[in-house]
Amino acid sequence: MREICADLITDVTERLCIEANEHLPSDVKEAIQNCRACEDWEIAQGVLDRIIENYQIADAAHVPICQDTGMACVFLEIGQDVHITGGDLTGAVNEGVRRGYEKGYLRKSVVRDPVRRTNTGDNTPAMLYTEIVPGEQIKITVAPKGFGSENMSAIRMLKPSAGLQGIKDFIIETVEAAGPNPCPPMVVGVGIGGTFDKAALLSKKALLRPIHSSHTDPFYAALEKEMLEKINRLGIGPQGFGGRTTALGVHIETMPTHIAGMPCAININCHVTRHTTEVI
Amino acid sequence: MVRKIRLPLTEELAKTLKAGDEVLLTGVVYTSRDAGHKRMCEALAQGRELPFDPKDATIYYVGPSPAKPGQVIGSAGPTTSGRMDAYAPTLLSVGVRGMIGKGARLPEVVEAMKTYHGVYFGAIGGAGALLAQCIKKSELIAYEDLGAEALRRLFVEDMPLVVIIDQEGNNLYEAGRRAYLEKISK
Repeated sequence: MREICADLITDVTERLCIEANEHLPSDVKEAIQNCRACEDWEIAQGVLDRIIENYQIADAAHVPICQDTGMACVFLEIGQDVHITGGDLTGAVNEGVRRGYEKGYLRKSVVRDPVRRTNTGDNTPAMLYTEIVPGEQIKITVAPKGFGSENMSAIRMLKPSAGLQGIKDFIIETVEAAGPNPCPPMVVGVGIGGTFDKAALLSKKALLRPIHSSHTDPFYAALEKEMLEKINRLGIGPQGFGGRTTALGVHIETMPTHIAGMPCAININCHVTRHTTEVI
Repeated sequence: MVRKIRLPLTEELAKTLKAGDEVLLTGVVYTSRDAGHKRMCEALAQGRELPFDPKDATIYYVGPSPAKPGQVIGSAGPTTSGRMDAYAPTLLSVGVRGMIGKGARLPEVVEAMKTYHGVYFGAIGGAGALLAQCIKKSELIAYEDLGAEALRRLFVEDMPLVVIIDQEGNNLYEAGRRAYLEKISK
């Protein structure tokens, strides 16, 4: 049994909120640079150059990469031999988000009620996911999620008879419908299986994977590759102005499901695919 | 070729802008997004005036992040324009001519743009740090309680934009994609 103080969780969450919003992960930067090298359409090259310049400015000046500093999606993997002391876990995470968004001059984009829409003023609550895992550490991941891309996401309860083709068609249909809205080049997270809610969570977790990492099952790794190639032949291009670079990556996550179903969720992210992790 | 243009966006100027044109825009723009648009349209419905003169005005769909000490403004890239589609025809009808945002527009907005000679510019979504550098002045003029959604008057200099939909209804999202697909099919 190891004791971890709730204050430490607050401190780390605060720091990760700021870091994630100012510094794009290196794998995302690399993916953008690689796409720029392969891009053969003039207006698209110009857009990608500006996107690169933008994250360089954010790095150097310590300013948010994008003004939509997102809802703070926080993933905790908590070792089962950890005992959290000195406060409540959810409260500790929310306090970290509150401090991070204030101290980092990040935008407060959360409304208290979805219909009546009053801003909470501090970007809380965090969208918190906890998972109990073996060990005596806590892995904290903060992934600020903008809503230009979140709004273009979709879920469908496919029939098993739809098969692999049904999944492929749904992915392409969703990317087509998203078009220029989610700030392409986008990252496409796909969750297949589980229940309605688990599929959605898988699709969000898929966005946390390093760009171009592959599913461990060669069947899905091949599907990821095929879908990325297909998406990059749609012609939508960076910002939708036309071009090759519509997506930086397609990540698929899967899990067992019911004999009667094949849930498929697609969570779209923009080129500012932010996430940062620390283990305490 | 990139063309420099200066606001206000008169009808004459609007008529010279074509979908696909890359421009560097200088002048005064007003910031507004979801909640601000709702309020402006409620004001007009009640016969009240807008917080700024809409004639030949340009609205930038943006909710900036807070300015750090010494900064004019925080990061300030465009938000998705489609959420303002319910309000845009009303604002075009009272004189607003320019809109800066990103993403698709509904046919009724394009129709209103053709009627009132409006222009829809695209700024690069997700490039808020870069675009903030073009903003030289920022002044809060109304709806302060809306926080990031408050109405601000900005002075922008050489803001890099692309004409997405021109006043004839030509659309870069359609034409650009079509041209690229034609090229790769050859």
